Amino acid sequence: MQIYLPIADIPVNVFLVLAMGLAVGFISGMFGVGGGFLMTPLLIFIGVQPAVAVASVTTHVAASSFSGAIAYWRRRALDVTLALTLLAGGIVGSAGGVALFTWLRALDQLDLMIGLSYVTLLSVVGVLMVGESARAIIRSRQGKPVELRRPGSHAWFHGLPLKLRFKRSKVYVSAIPVLAIGFIIGFLGAVMGVGGGFLLVPMLIYLMRVPTATVIGTSMVLTFLTMVSALVLHAATNHLVDAVLALILMVGGVIGAQFGAHAGQRIRGEWLRLLLGLLVLAVGMRFAFQLVLRPDDLYSIRLIGGAP
Amino acid sequence: MSRRRMLATTLAVTAFLADVAPAAAERLVASLTNHHVMITSNYTGVELVLFGSVERDAAGAARSGPYDIVATVIGPRESLRTRRKQRVLGIWVNTAARTFVDPPSYLAVLANRPLDAITNADNRRRLQLGIADTPLPEEINNDIGEVSNDPFRAALVRLMRERGLYSEEANAVTFLTPALFRASISLPAQVPVGNYTVDVKLFADGNLIAHTDSAFEIVKVGFEQFVVDAARDHGLLYGLATALMALLTGWIASIAFRRD
Repeated sequence: MQIYLPIADIPVNVFLVLAMGLAVGFISGMFGVGGGFLMTPLLIFIGVQPAVAVASVTTHVAASSFSGAIAYWRRRALDVTLALTLLAGGIVGSAGGVALFTWLRALDQLDLMIGLSYVTLLSVVGVLMVGESARAIIRSRQGKPVELRRPGSHAWFHGLPLKLRFKRSKVYVSAIPVLAIGFIIGFLGAVMGVGGGFLLVPMLIYLMRVPTATVIGTSMVLTFLTMVSALVLHAATNHLVDAVLALILMVGGVIGAQFGAHAGQRIRGEWLRLLLGLLVLAVGMRFAFQLVLRPDDLYSIRLIGGAP
Repeated sequence: MSRRRMLATTLAVTAFLADVAPAAAERLVASLTNHHVMITSNYTGVELVLFGSVERDAAGAARSGPYDIVATVIGPRESLRTRRKQRVLGIWVNTAARTFVDPPSYLAVLANRPLDAITNADNRRRLQLGIADTPLPEEINNDIGEVSNDPFRAALVRLMRERGLYSEEANAVTFLTPALFRASISLPAQVPVGNYTVDVKLFADGNLIAHTDSAFEIVKVGFEQFVVDAARDHGLLYGLATALMALLTGWIASIAFRRD
């Protein structure tokens, strides 16, 4: 069944988009990430313009992270203070990201920027995750306990002023690195159409030493809040959010996420991280090939002004 | 007076006479099956049919050769940029771009046989017949002009053809009788909304002997138009409403799948 998308200006198959929402939702529920880093490339692949894809995926990520956040809230597995501090940085980052997005679009370099950010970010994060989880798996094979938190190892940024106590996470750190992390996540979210969960989770665990128990819930809350702000900013400045596309994605996404969360509970943490790392790396490689290989067509056209 | 100008003058006079003198030869009548194409949520493109007939008097009936029809459909004009990628530090980057000033967003040239068989190159250029002779002005250093043998122009035409937005078909017009013809105009799903003009020209023996105009409009209606208007004119409200929709969907899902 074909449906015409009013903002993307193309007809798409409802069931195809719904299936994409389900599949990405399953993965996002399983790993506790928003899934934007998978959904945006998929949409571009079926012919949605990159700009519309990035702007519309924010809606999908907002919905799936909201339902996730509610579930963690019920289990009290999230740190509201930490989430709000991150958000303060995140909103500023979103605004900066949307501004950069608008500027690059005018310069004809938006698609390149989206591609480059995907390659750099996904490759780095993917390699780090695969490395870390592989080490954890080897350690547990050798019978040593899996250590997620290395106490006592404080980096320089832990000593900065403006110290805050995040009770539920049981950490006492400076607000400055927390705000900076929030800014980076918000910025990337707006430019790349990703929630940033796959970045935020390792940053909080490895840099801020936040216990894993509260990390995913907190990341869900932050993802949800930054995605809502990016969504509103995109709608207000670039007019590229396709509500019809977003609705189909969301419905598939939230259903898929429930099944994914169920499947995720049966897999051990380090294996889950290894799988996610490989997935992140694969998407990054896909973008790298696209940038490096000679494109089929060296020319492209873009309408100027107004609608996409 | 050069030969070319003389020919042009002769043609202009002929056309003038054809228009004003009721006694002279043929009259062309054409109409479309539909003047309003509505884009609804199940829109996947549409086909319009152009019907027409050649009405002739005694002078026309005496003409020996067959008639030729060339119909040109032009969509709303919108400026666009053609960009070229080049390898920079190992990756492919858009390095050069040209701005085309108001080219047609849709251009279909329909004829009953190849254009070069219908009339000569001079006539084609003067009447802007066919894609190759349609002017596509570019912006060059704050000036606007035509660039001949331009790879950007060629790329624009090629990309538009690939999207089904530009087309030139030599067998799209069919004569049902020697004086009655039909042609189908296929509008793919990605055609822009707006006003379209259809210009129908009648040729005999390589000369333009009559022409007529028609038009149609493509509009988004109902929900589709509502969404577009909302997104464009009330961006902030639209964003907030979409955000609310996301919250509702997330909330409903968390209730529907609650396990505890």
